[in-house]
Amino acid sequence: MAISFTVNGKQQSVDVSQDTPLLWVLRDTLGLTGTKFGCGKALCGACTVHLNGMAVRSCQTSIGSVGGQKITTIEGLGGKHAVQKAWIAVDVPQCGYCQPGQIMSAAALLASNKNPSDADIDAAMSGNICRCGTYPRIRDAIKAAAKL
Amino acid sequence: MDMIKDQSRRDFIKVSAVAGGGVALGFVLPGRGVADGGGGHASPNAWIKVGSDNSVTIMCARSEMGQDVYTSLAMLVAEELEVDVNKVEVEFAPPAEVYINSMLGGQITGGSTSVRDGWEKMRKAGASARMMMVAAAAKQWGVDAGQCKVAGGVILGPGGKRVTYGMVAAAAATMEPPKDVPLKPVSAFKVVGNARQKRLDTPAKVLGTAAFGIDTRVPGMLYAAVALAPMIGGKVKGYNDARAKKMPGVKSVVQFSRGVAVVADSYWQAKKAKDLLIVDWDGGELADLDMNKVWAGLQAASAQPGATFREKGQDPESVMGSAAKVLEATYTLPFRTHSPMEPMNTFAHVTADKAVIITPTQFQQLIPHVVAGATGLKPEQIDVQTTFLGGGFGRRVEVDYAIDAAEISKLAGNVPVKMVWSREDDMTHDSYGPAGLYSMKGALDAGGKIIAFRFHSTSPSISARLFPSIVKDGLDPFAVEGIDNIPYDVPNMKMTYQMHDTGVTPGYWRAVSHNQNAPSLEGFMDELAAAAGKDPIEFRLMNLQMAEEKHALSGLSAGVTVGPRVQKVLEELKVKANWKGTAAGGGKARGVAVMEGYNTVMGMVVDVAVSADNDVTVERVVAVVDAGPLVHPDQAKAQMESCIIFGQGTALWGEITVKNGGVQQTNFDQLRVVRMNEAPKKLEIHWIAPAANQPPGGLGEPGTPVLTAALVNAVSAAVGKRCRTLPLSQENISAA
Repeated sequence: MAISFTVNGKQQSVDVSQDTPLLWVLRDTLGLTGTKFGCGKALCGACTVHLNGMAVRSCQTSIGSVGGQKITTIEGLGGKHAVQKAWIAVDVPQCGYCQPGQIMSAAALLASNKNPSDADIDAAMSGNICRCGTYPRIRDAIKAAAKL
Repeated sequence: MDMIKDQSRRDFIKVSAVAGGGVALGFVLPGRGVADGGGGHASPNAWIKVGSDNSVTIMCARSEMGQDVYTSLAMLVAEELEVDVNKVEVEFAPPAEVYINSMLGGQITGGSTSVRDGWEKMRKAGASARMMMVAAAAKQWGVDAGQCKVAGGVILGPGGKRVTYGMVAAAAATMEPPKDVPLKPVSAFKVVGNARQKRLDTPAKVLGTAAFGIDTRVPGMLYAAVALAPMIGGKVKGYNDARAKKMPGVKSVVQFSRGVAVVADSYWQAKKAKDLLIVDWDGGELADLDMNKVWAGLQAASAQPGATFREKGQDPESVMGSAAKVLEATYTLPFRTHSPMEPMNTFAHVTADKAVIITPTQFQQLIPHVVAGATGLKPEQIDVQTTFLGGGFGRRVEVDYAIDAAEISKLAGNVPVKMVWSREDDMTHDSYGPAGLYSMKGALDAGGKIIAFRFHSTSPSISARLFPSIVKDGLDPFAVEGIDNIPYDVPNMKMTYQMHDTGVTPGYWRAVSHNQNAPSLEGFMDELAAAAGKDPIEFRLMNLQMAEEKHALSGLSAGVTVGPRVQKVLEELKVKANWKGTAAGGGKARGVAVMEGYNTVMGMVVDVAVSADNDVTVERVVAVVDAGPLVHPDQAKAQMESCIIFGQGTALWGEITVKNGGVQQTNFDQLRVVRMNEAPKKLEIHWIAPAANQPPGGLGEPGTPVLTAALVNAVSAAVGKRCRTLPLSQENISAA
């Protein structure tokens, strides 16, 4: 049975089993490979997307649960988003693999908290692992984005 | 199947000969110019493509895994090519002889060598191409090349003559490359060393468009999920795929060398069906391997004499009797996992007469050979494309996952297939930074000078597995890094290494044996300092080897100056960190460590707070680094940040253990890594100004062992007892 939902402002309909994680629908069915697979268990945050504006782990979000809802991925952030501008200004990424997830978590944080403290950043971002250790720059970029 | 393994092994050995300095493997690719490279571009040499539209493409022959080769190497070329580095395209190079890393003898990204190898080579490539294009323009105009000037990819001649690179590149490519290629002095650099230069790959990584191996999409492509043996080296005895085969989207189930793969229309279909496979595994000789056996084996092996790699003066044992103080200690280091964020994966399409392999690899040169071994094709029939790497840290020097994918493609009927490992596959089928025992004995005279030092390490040899030809007389040069280059002046000294295979697959892990040797040595130096009643930094300074004694073996920095640079770094560190001793009290303390590695010398002071239940918080890290000239200063800093935070997690929590022959940690709930809330809030990197003509040192790795060593000392000072077992977990600190 086809499931319809909105991805980056565009109506999509996919015919996959209901238990398929949103992550794999985005990547394999829709070709939106910006959202990454890291752990498959919501432990690393590489797959973070927005579901109705909230940051969720798409590897643990079944496609059956998102019918009729709005999904935003890194591709849908548009490139001019304050977080993306700040990420470029600070030159945050190293290998870059976790960064779409980091950016989506940061964008969700800033949407609800215009001026996050260090503790707010810790709370919102500690679910996103970066093995390269870009955390100091992520913190700087979030603070810079808050001022944009 | 054994034939496949044998073939792969032969190829490893073949490549080993290269790594050992032998004859490089032959490839048919441009070392010389190509006037018509197709698509309207010409290549004056293998590093540069110039389009008739004046576009400039720089070939990046090292794998970009975060360490910034994509930009740093392009900056070196652009400096001499006289083009705007922000306008060039960068392309990952295919395997070819011309792209071999001369410091490693293969087209490998590792050993913190990319900038060191490219420092002259890349600038010469740029200069040579520029000179050829100028010569082509001068010839056209009938003037002397010396009368022409170049700026921004435009050649200006006398009388207002003007051509762009695109207009002369094809003519230039047919010319003889210049023999004498003078380079700008460092003082004339405009691109190299630019503190404001941004990474060229950041926009793609921020937009989500950067293509990693796992992002490969090819028309008609299928997906593979794999069942790998739960035991190290386990084999398939038999399997039942009745349920798996009935699952929607499943195309085939195939048994390959080390597992069973499900090939399906989508990854999720493949994964779900894979979970329904019932595989009967033969655990082999290691089926009951556990940590008790691993440690007992290492203990027993440590009683062997080992291979001597450094000796000086008298046998240190013979002078211990006359010493004012004698200390003995053994440091115990665990297995460590790479676990880069992008799990292992490869796209493979093997057909009757060729194969396409698209993969995130640190060793593209080896892949045609091992895929040839696995498929029966010839190496020259295999096209290898390197993608961005979602982290490497040494894991992707291994080519195992490319072999898997090629086998699956062939066995499934020559289909185009992308194999993706789960995190569990990745963490349990890593090659692990080796565990080991590091025993030391030191003697002090009444004034606190070290008069004798004995070092004996016991650990698996990584090179014995991967590059056996570089292991000679029981000595692996990648097992003595960070100790062979000891910066201290000891009149009577003996160092030995005992190789011991634990059964757990050992692998090159960011900074390799520096991670074991340097924390052991630097930990013991703090113990000696305490015994001598001296401040840790003062004790190191008074015991430095200042006589330019050269070390011969240590991995990738043999023969470089150590002692005088360590002195400078320590003096600077005292100032920058405002060092007034370990300042231990109230569960807080500071620790220091210093090391030479990859021709970089660095020291760090780490401030920690240890809770009542021994949980460690890293509050501040101050590093002073002598890495010579910095090509891309902001990213040199980023590499230091990376080394420190990567090292922090492993030093505090990063232990891999085995039970029933298999790795116990399977995902990030069982392997604690540093997260945002745990990264040091204060992290300061200070650079020592380079000496005249000093070449660059490596930066991708050496920070990790120094951070580890300083952390060992800080935690030991904070808890008031010596912690000699890593990781510095709550259990290990309690048991210290």
